[in-house]
Amino acid sequence: MSNIVIRVDKVNKFFELPHERHSSIKSLFVNILKSKRTYEKQHVLKDISFEIEEGDFFAIVGRNGSGKSTLLKLLAGIYRTEAGSITVNGKLTPFIELGVGFNPELSGKDNIFMNGALLGFNRKEVHAMYDDIVEFAELERFMDQKLKNYSSGMQVRLAFSIAIRARSDILLLDEVLAVGDAAFQQKCFDYFETLKADKKTVVFVSHDMSAVTRFCNKAVYIKDGKLVRRGSPSEIAEMYKLENIEVPKVIKVKQNKGPQLSAVHAVTTKITHETPDKLHLTFSYTSEDDKDMYIGFSVLRDGISIAELTTSLDKPLVGSGAVSYIMDVTAFNEGVYQITTVLCRKDGRKLLSISRAPLTFKVRGHDLTRGAALKLADAWDYK
Amino acid sequence: MFNRIFSKQNRALLGELVRTDFKLRYQGSVLGYTWSLLRPLMLFLIMYVVFVRFLRLGGDVPHYPIYLLLGLVLWQFFSDMTSQGLKSVVDRSDLIRKVSIPRWIIVISTSISALINLSFNLVVVLIFMFVNGTAFLATALWLPVLIFETYVLSLGLALFLSAAYVKYRDITHIWEVVIQAAFYATPVLYPITLIKNANYQKLLLINPVAQVVQDGRYVLVTHDSKTIATTFNSPWARLVPIAIVAITLIIGCLYFKRQEKNFAENL
Repeated sequence: MSNIVIRVDKVNKFFELPHERHSSIKSLFVNILKSKRTYEKQHVLKDISFEIEEGDFFAIVGRNGSGKSTLLKLLAGIYRTEAGSITVNGKLTPFIELGVGFNPELSGKDNIFMNGALLGFNRKEVHAMYDDIVEFAELERFMDQKLKNYSSGMQVRLAFSIAIRARSDILLLDEVLAVGDAAFQQKCFDYFETLKADKKTVVFVSHDMSAVTRFCNKAVYIKDGKLVRRGSPSEIAEMYKLENIEVPKVIKVKQNKGPQLSAVHAVTTKITHETPDKLHLTFSYTSEDDKDMYIGFSVLRDGISIAELTTSLDKPLVGSGAVSYIMDVTAFNEGVYQITTVLCRKDGRKLLSISRAPLTFKVRGHDLTRGAALKLADAWDYK
Repeated sequence: MFNRIFSKQNRALLGELVRTDFKLRYQGSVLGYTWSLLRPLMLFLIMYVVFVRFLRLGGDVPHYPIYLLLGLVLWQFFSDMTSQGLKSVVDRSDLIRKVSIPRWIIVISTSISALINLSFNLVVVLIFMFVNGTAFLATALWLPVLIFETYVLSLGLALFLSAAYVKYRDITHIWEVVIQAAFYATPVLYPITLIKNANYQKLLLINPVAQVVQDGRYVLVTHDSKTIATTFNSPWARLVPIAIVAITLIIGCLYFKRQEKNFAENL
């Protein structure tokens, strides 16, 4: 039985956003006279409960504005909780972002001391680790320059080199990977590996699902301030991807309003399940003229088309009707796929209609080649 | 509890905040730290020329230039501490919104900056005393006590104002006016003897800053200075401003403590 280091119990958080912020005495007096202030009470976290055990690499996943960062700030003790309780056993890193307290007017060296102090190190201790920090950041030549003359990448490198010196039991990391180039990300990953090896407890907020699945052992999904699911990182990562698929729908609908598409042509797509690995696609089309038409569809994964098919050129479609196609998905790897359908003239250039919203389907099942869209048959010949 | 408040981490942080503040103040200037001495020196020279040479306000006060200077220095300390303290929390919103550090450290750090400033100014006073040939009085040993009293008063005000400023941004303008009014209500530029009405004199001296200024002049410059004790004819009269100081600190601490939880959200 491991030790529970963070226990979050039915935590609620409200933000009171005054409609007219009374940041002046006059409005305060006016509001006292009126004896009512209009607030927009925003319920940002609703009954959140979870536990983090010692040595967990714990991911908090959710879309922008879901309340992840607020939760992290509550854990860090920057915000107070209104209802519920947070119990922390152990020393937390006091900050959650890189480069907090950096002052652009000070030299890199001065900023190291300031940041070190925020981590709880006194001057003597920072002196002792100073050379290592500078070396790790690869900024030896720039330490006496003002921070404002650093590139953003250099600033991040410096901030990261200091941050990893933190000697706390529990680390809170918010979007550390959002900045920096590939080399920096590699450094982050190396650091995460050492954290894992040292059995440190880490609470990790990121939009990078590959990092979540790679490092974390537990994850929760937060949606609109509610903890909707807790599970394995891969499960949560998949859920996050699914949630994000709603976004292109809106875009497609807008495209549909393009002037070149006539309203008299329409195509709709329907997916039904045939067998566990076969999908039944039905395309219904209508047209008010009697010219030849063809239906084409493409299967997309992560916005990239991986398969396309058009109805036979020898069999043009006229008027209204429906065609269907049975798609074998055994070759598809686990993931989320979309289908977009078009109705076009023979040359494929003149689009008549695009299906209103792309249809989404999901393939589940265990597989080892997570990144790829297609799965090849296990037809090895062992000699 | 004292050990926890002044833990190693808090001391290190306080030190860095003060150091940063000090470095930033003379950032980019050619003379750098020299300014911390040069600035008061020049300002006092101007005061000297205006008030001693032209206006001749303190005609009958012995060592009037030093008398004036010390008053200004003590007032400056009070004014610096409250005005800078007021803005401290808002100015450091970057830290407060992102880091969980004890919030009072930020107010303390500006107060220490003001103390450093005061010590430079006192050096200037000593220089003037030396040039002027003012005799060094044994009672000068009381000066730190008076400075401590001003510090406690200003800290109480700074805690209150900085916390209120997070919510009400008008405070800075109001305080500017208040401090200006208080400056003229305190016998800094003029000798208190200029006010003939004994009741008004008493009223003015209840103000802790006025009491400190007059007591400071008494202990450092000349025993002819009128103090709250001589005005009221009782050494116990000092307890009134001291009580005001204590109450200010208590109110300041309580208000700050109640508000600090919401700083991160309100900033």
